[in-house]
Amino acid sequence: MTYSRSKGIGMTVFILLLLTPIYWLLNMSFKTNQEILSGLTLWPQNFTLANYAVIFSDSSWYSGYINSMIYVSMNMTITLLVALPAAYAFSRYKFVGDKHLFFWLLSNRMAPPAVFLLPFFQLYSSVGLFDTHIAVALAHCLFNVPLAVWILEGFMSGVPREYDEMAYIDGYSFPRFFVKIFLPMIRSGIGVAAFFAFMFSWVELLLARTLTSVDAQPIGAIMTRTVGASGIDWGVLAAAGVLTIIPGVLVVWFVRNHIAKGFALGRV
Amino acid sequence: MNKVPNNRAWWLVLPVFILVAFSALIPLMTVVNYSVQDIFGPGNAYYVGTEWFKEVLNDERLQDSLLRQFAFSGAVLAIQIPLGIGVALMMPKSGIKASLCLILLAIPLLIPWNVVGTIWQIFGRGDIGLFGWGLNSLGLEYNYTGDTVDAWLTVLLMDVWHWTPLVALLCYSGLRAIPEAFYQAAEIDRASKWAVFRYIQLPRLKSVLVIAVLLRFMDSFMIYTEPFVLTGGGPGSSTTFLSQTLTTMAIGQFDIGRAAAFSLIYFLIVLLVSWVFFTAITHLDKEK
Repeated sequence: MTYSRSKGIGMTVFILLLLTPIYWLLNMSFKTNQEILSGLTLWPQNFTLANYAVIFSDSSWYSGYINSMIYVSMNMTITLLVALPAAYAFSRYKFVGDKHLFFWLLSNRMAPPAVFLLPFFQLYSSVGLFDTHIAVALAHCLFNVPLAVWILEGFMSGVPREYDEMAYIDGYSFPRFFVKIFLPMIRSGIGVAAFFAFMFSWVELLLARTLTSVDAQPIGAIMTRTVGASGIDWGVLAAAGVLTIIPGVLVVWFVRNHIAKGFALGRV
Repeated sequence: MNKVPNNRAWWLVLPVFILVAFSALIPLMTVVNYSVQDIFGPGNAYYVGTEWFKEVLNDERLQDSLLRQFAFSGAVLAIQIPLGIGVALMMPKSGIKASLCLILLAIPLLIPWNVVGTIWQIFGRGDIGLFGWGLNSLGLEYNYTGDTVDAWLTVLLMDVWHWTPLVALLCYSGLRAIPEAFYQAAEIDRASKWAVFRYIQLPRLKSVLVIAVLLRFMDSFMIYTEPFVLTGGGPGSSTTFLSQTLTTMAIGQFDIGRAAAFSLIYFLIVLLVSWVFFTAITHLDKEK
C-alpha cells in the first residue's frame, strides 16, 4: 500500500479546515478593535501587540494563567503518584475485588461533572479548601486518576513479568526495582498518562470555575470579563484565547512520538 | 498475562481508593442524600422518599432536554466515527509528515473548552467571523444566535471540529498496529481496496473503535461549556443540553432535591448506555 496523492490532498484539506478557525482567532488577536469591527480582513492591516500587552501588564489577567498552571501541575503530580502503584497492582496481581474496583474506577470517568458540582462545592467549603488550587486539583482527579490507571495498566501489561522476577533474583528490593528498572521501561506510558492528565485538567472549566472565586481563579473564568459595558473586547478575548492554546501545543510536541499509541490508551 | 493472586496488592491500590472515595464516593452519597429530602434551609429538611424522582421523570422540560441530548450524541457519533476512520486512512504512515499531522490533529483537543466556544462564537458571526460572513455572502441566511437550525448545526459542526481528531488519532494507532504481512497477503490475493478495508483494517480497528465510541458518547453526553459559551443554550432552549439544565437547576435556582434526583438519573443513563454497548460488543466477540 503506497501513499497516494489523493490521500495527501484529502489530508491537507482536512488539516487546513481544522486550522482555519484557529487562524481566525490568531488573526483577530493582532488587530485593533476598530479594525475587527469595521470590516472583514484576512490578515491584520495594522499589526498590533496591544491586546497581548493588556494581558501581560495586568496581574489580574496573567494570574489566571498562573493559577491554571498551578492546579494542572498539582493534578498531574497527584494523579501519577497514586496511579502508578495502583496500575502496577492491577497489571500484576489478582486480589479480592480487583475487577469490581477497576470498573468502579472507570465508572467515575463516566460521571458528568455537572452531577458533582454542588456536592463538591459543599465538601470543599466545609473542609476549608474552597478557592484553593489543591481543591481544583483534587476535583480533577475524579476523571484523571481512573484514566491514568487505565492507560498505565495497558503499558505495564506490555512488560513481561520475567523482568520483575529477574530483578528479584538479582537482589533488588521492590521499591528500588520499581524506580530504577520498571519506571524507565514504561516511561513513554508515563509521558502519555501525564499528557492526558494535563489535557483534561487544562481544558476543564465547569468544576474549576465553581470551586474558585478569587485567589485560584482559572484563566477561563477570567476571560468572561472581556464582556464590558461597551460590548465585548474582541481583540483581548482573542489574544487570551491564543495564549491558552500555546501550552497545549508545547506539551504535545514532547509526546509526539507516543501520542498515537497513547490515544489508544496503551491498548493496541 | 497470568497474574499472581496476592491480596497485599490492595496496599498499592489503597491511595487511589482513598482519593477517589474522597472525590467521588462522598459527593455521590451527598447527592443520594439530597435526592430523598426536601430542603428549606440548614436543619430544616424533610424526608420525601421518591417524590423528586417521580417529579423529575414527569418534568417536560427535562424530557425535552433528554431528547435533545440523545439526538445530539447520536448525530455526533454518526458523523465523527466514519469521518475519523476516513481521516485515519488518509494519514501518512511514517516520517516527518506523519508527526506533523499528529501534532496538528491534536491541537483542537488541547484547547480549553470555553475557548473552543469562543473560537466558534467569533468564527460564526456574520459581521466579524469568516464562516458566518462567508455563508452570508454566498447568499445563505445564517445566524446562529437567532435561528434554531443554524444554532444546532453550529454546535454540531463545532463538536465535529473539536473531537473528530480524537477518533482519527485512535484509529490511526489501530491501523499502525496491523502487520505489513497482512497487506502483502491481500495484494497476492488481488483484494480490492474495499476488501482490504472491510476484511483487514476494520476488524483490526474494533478495539480502538470501542474506546472511541465510548469516549465520544460519554463526553458528548456531558457537554456543557462549549454550547454554553457559543449559544448560551438558545435560541429559546433549542441547544440546552442535559448538563446545562442540571447546572441551572442546582446552582441557578438552588433547587437541590430535584437537581440531585435528576443527577442520579443522568448518571445512570450514561452508565447504562455504556454498559449495554460494552456488553453487546464483548458478546459479539464470544460468538465468533
